[in-house]
Amino acid sequence: MKILRWCAPVLVALAIVWMADASPALAQADAPDISDVQIDGEYGQFPTYMPPDVSKHGYHVDDLINILHVFMILLFVGWGIFFVWCLMKFRARPGHTADYKLVKAKAPKYLEVAVALFEAFLLVGLSMPVWARVKDELPTEADNPIHVRVVAEQFAWNFHYPGKDGLFGRVAPEFLNSATNVLGLDPSDPNGNDDFVSGEMHLPVDRPVITQITSKDVIHSFAIPVMRVKQDAVPGMRISVWFHPVKTGTYEIACAQLCGNNHYSMRAILRLESQSEYDAWVEEMAKGPAEFDEDDL
Amino acid sequence: MSDHDHSHDQGFLRKYVFSIDHKVIGVQYAVTALVFLFFGFCLMMMMRWQLAYPGQSMPVLGELLPSLFGKEWAETNMGGGVMSPDLYNSLGAMHGTIMIFLGVVPLIVGGFGNYVMPLQIGAPDMSFPKLNMMSYWVYFMGGMIMLASFFAPGGAANSGWTSYAPLSVTATQGQTWWLVGMIFLITSSLLGSVNFIVTIFHLRAKGMTMFRMPFFVWAQLVTAFLLLLAFPPLEAAGALQLMDRVAGTSFFMPQGLVVSGVVQEYAGGGSPLLWQHLFWFLAHPEVYVLILPAFGIITEIIAANTRKPIWGYRTMVYSVVFLGFTSFIVWAHHMFITGMGTSISAFFATTTMIISIPSVILLTCLLITLYRGSIRFNTAMLFALSFLPMFAIGGLTGLPLGLPASDIALHDTYYIIGHFHYVVAPGTIFAAFAGVYFWFPKVTGRMMSETLGKLHWITSLIAINVVFMPMFFQGLAGISRRLYDQRLYSWGDAMQGWTVVSSWGAWALGLAQIFFILNFFLSIKFGRKASANPWDATTLEWSAPSPPPHGNFAKVPTVHREPYEYSVPGMSKDYFPQNVSEA
Amino acid sequence: MSAGVLPYTVEPHPVTGLYSGKLGTWLFLASEVMLFGGLFSAYILLRVGAPEGTWPTHEEAHLSWKIGGFNTLLLIISSVTMVMAWANLKMNNFPKARMYLIVTVILASLFLTLKISLEYYPHWHDGLKPSTNVFFGLYYTLTALHGLHIFGGIVVMLYFIGPGAGLWKTNPEYYTNRIECTGLYWHFVDLVWIFLFPILYLMN
Repeated sequence: MKILRWCAPVLVALAIVWMADASPALAQADAPDISDVQIDGEYGQFPTYMPPDVSKHGYHVDDLINILHVFMILLFVGWGIFFVWCLMKFRARPGHTADYKLVKAKAPKYLEVAVALFEAFLLVGLSMPVWARVKDELPTEADNPIHVRVVAEQFAWNFHYPGKDGLFGRVAPEFLNSATNVLGLDPSDPNGNDDFVSGEMHLPVDRPVITQITSKDVIHSFAIPVMRVKQDAVPGMRISVWFHPVKTGTYEIACAQLCGNNHYSMRAILRLESQSEYDAWVEEMAKGPAEFDEDDL
Repeated sequence: MSDHDHSHDQGFLRKYVFSIDHKVIGVQYAVTALVFLFFGFCLMMMMRWQLAYPGQSMPVLGELLPSLFGKEWAETNMGGGVMSPDLYNSLGAMHGTIMIFLGVVPLIVGGFGNYVMPLQIGAPDMSFPKLNMMSYWVYFMGGMIMLASFFAPGGAANSGWTSYAPLSVTATQGQTWWLVGMIFLITSSLLGSVNFIVTIFHLRAKGMTMFRMPFFVWAQLVTAFLLLLAFPPLEAAGALQLMDRVAGTSFFMPQGLVVSGVVQEYAGGGSPLLWQHLFWFLAHPEVYVLILPAFGIITEIIAANTRKPIWGYRTMVYSVVFLGFTSFIVWAHHMFITGMGTSISAFFATTTMIISIPSVILLTCLLITLYRGSIRFNTAMLFALSFLPMFAIGGLTGLPLGLPASDIALHDTYYIIGHFHYVVAPGTIFAAFAGVYFWFPKVTGRMMSETLGKLHWITSLIAINVVFMPMFFQGLAGISRRLYDQRLYSWGDAMQGWTVVSSWGAWALGLAQIFFILNFFLSIKFGRKASANPWDATTLEWSAPSPPPHGNFAKVPTVHREPYEYSVPGMSKDYFPQNVSEA
Repeated sequence: MSAGVLPYTVEPHPVTGLYSGKLGTWLFLASEVMLFGGLFSAYILLRVGAPEGTWPTHEEAHLSWKIGGFNTLLLIISSVTMVMAWANLKMNNFPKARMYLIVTVILASLFLTLKISLEYYPHWHDGLKPSTNVFFGLYYTLTALHGLHIFGGIVVMLYFIGPGAGLWKTNPEYYTNRIECTGLYWHFVDLVWIFLFPILYLMN
């Protein structure tokens, strides 16, 4: 009987999970068609940890998260053992009375100081350097970075590439045309002549990327989980973020900030390619039927 | 005055509806808040259906709601019994708003604070009884406006409970209702907090020095200051957003905004981040408004049920005051990825780490109080005890979110949802349940059923962990929050199994509340009669009759000692009430 | 009942040195400081962050310091008459106090009338609306909110001149205290204007 009492919680939990997993009448409807693109990366059925990391710098963030979780679990388990021990040892029962005198324990004080010191270490020793590394230390021109402008709108990502000249054309709202000129490129600016806009992000591996992120309408958030990158796209601001892909493959870009009813479908494909594949793609895009045609304007 | 003796002569309206007795107002607050909590929870259970089984017709509600709201509504919002993304966003925004501003805060501040605090300090009533009544009715009207907004064209507010501009400025009419409703709720909490502070400063019984006040009263005092000072900036922000929406100003609208290919007519020059700063300047102290009274409630319960004084009472008081102050300078840790500069984010990360220390101290003090106690496991205590590990999980998972570098990966994912729900749901709401079980005999004069109570506790505790634990896994996997259908992403699709588990947990949690509802109503009618002091507790509310009459105490109490004098050596009884003199 | 049963409605509390109503008023004003503080911070942030050349110059703002200055003067005088009302109550001279209250109400109403007829109306007529630019948005929001406070003050004073005056006969001390609290609020509203006047009228 007693065993049953202790097992009951576990049984109830298992029952809920089982019902959830094995409810035949409620089988999943077909997953929506997320285009024919095959996304790389192993996830498994019930994943419990972080997505694959295909960046050069992502391990900084991962390491910090790993250390934090080990610390959190240690603290919680140690603390929980004491908690459960107290509950069992000091339960009310005949012949047992509470002790009016308060313990003059030094241990909790030391423990609190230790926790505070460790937090300080996490902050100063780990978080701040990582933040400085991944947010502030933008690659210099010597690193030969790729420049891309990311322009978010409800509910799509536009990737504005400068073309071969490496220079972005001027943009202004008055040139905007939702069919032919989604970003409002100024046709009189020669820098914009070979600019092109893509709905997919193509990048070569082993070269740093500097993106300038902005939004046309509301706040979005540019998130590439496999790259450990996330940055809000705020209208009226142009925010620089860099990252450094190292592994080829096809991945996903997500919007992480509620941006309206179709927030959930604001997804873009990220293709990480070899330098030669990338060059071929740029060649194609720059000369091919560009997103806007000068004759039309 | 003579009113005192003739209180039973008052008409029904004056006595129960427009009452100025703090106890009646407390009960009004608590009951309204419980109803709103249940309503907000129902919204969430609907959302969980969409998350677990997207694209499938909702059982029962899929047919009930269209017949309730009419055909036109059904076509746009519930085609084939499946909720639209707009409806999903509405439910999300309103779930947050209702749970926080109409449920939890009114319950633990308006309900428990109003009922228990004056009793605990030995006051006959609140300082401004009429203001107190007004505060409730303004809150009630705010709630009604929020509910009515579901019928506004385009539905209720759907820009999240945070209402980030410019999305909220360009949103449907429901957002305007939301803003007006918020202004009512802010006014209500303003009136309430002035009343609380004056009452605590002025109406303490003789001998009730500040350091003899029960910890619950301290928690309410700090909370009242937070409400008083943090809410007005939101009112200012709300007024600005209302102007943006109604008068076409552009406080939060930058130049050259293009929505769906159309250049907006706003003059521009505004800043979307200004809203976030003003909003979080309120909303971070708001987090402590949610958690401090909860700490107050469980401190009372743990002291009474370990039969020993609280370990480190003064340390706890200093911690709670320090928490109050610090909570005003941590707000931008919600904004690490908005493009803030490194030094600013370092500042807010530092204050965030600092504010975690008093929280750890509070938890540690309560934990050590258990040591060498004599622990009674009644329902109130079980809820109070489960608060400790649940709050610990919520607090610990705040760590990777409070450090800017790890926040990059976890910001705006399910991880944050898991984090704050662990703080508020199995944290604060469990504390509120504990409070209901603990003070129910005082309010109604009858005990609640322990059997039903324990069933309610164990099922809720398990179910709530099944709901929220998977969210940490989903968050680590990088799934954005507020997704109508996460299966569009490959990692979201892989994670769908966890979503289904979480949803079933939520429905199980809903079923578990039946125990509570049954217990609540049956006990009012059939519960065992309670004595004035059923828990053998020491604080002043237990020296008044159950339920206390109008005016509270037959004889104005005098306070002789600290609040938690349990198991004092050399005494025949194991508790020594505050109002009993040495003899 | 509320007046009789609860302590410190009339007499000051020994520790805080205030009666409950006064403490409550101070707390309320603290929250008002946060309200206007939030708006002033918004003003500062928006002004600092304004793109080059978008903040209107003094001429473009079309706000005459003469009208604003005269209104400032009105409010300052009304503050003085408010104090006189309270002082006369203290000296047990109810009719004179009432007269000063009436003068205060007249001054406050004059302020609102001037504000609407000489500023809001012609500005709106000239197409200077809240939506014109951020400055006018702030100007209308801040002054309208302040105007609302003035209006609230007028309502409260009218109440104490008319239906609320009966309290003087039953509990003069309590009545005097309420006028003192109204006065505290009134000074605060004036103070807000003292801040609003330069940032809107002079600092462009």
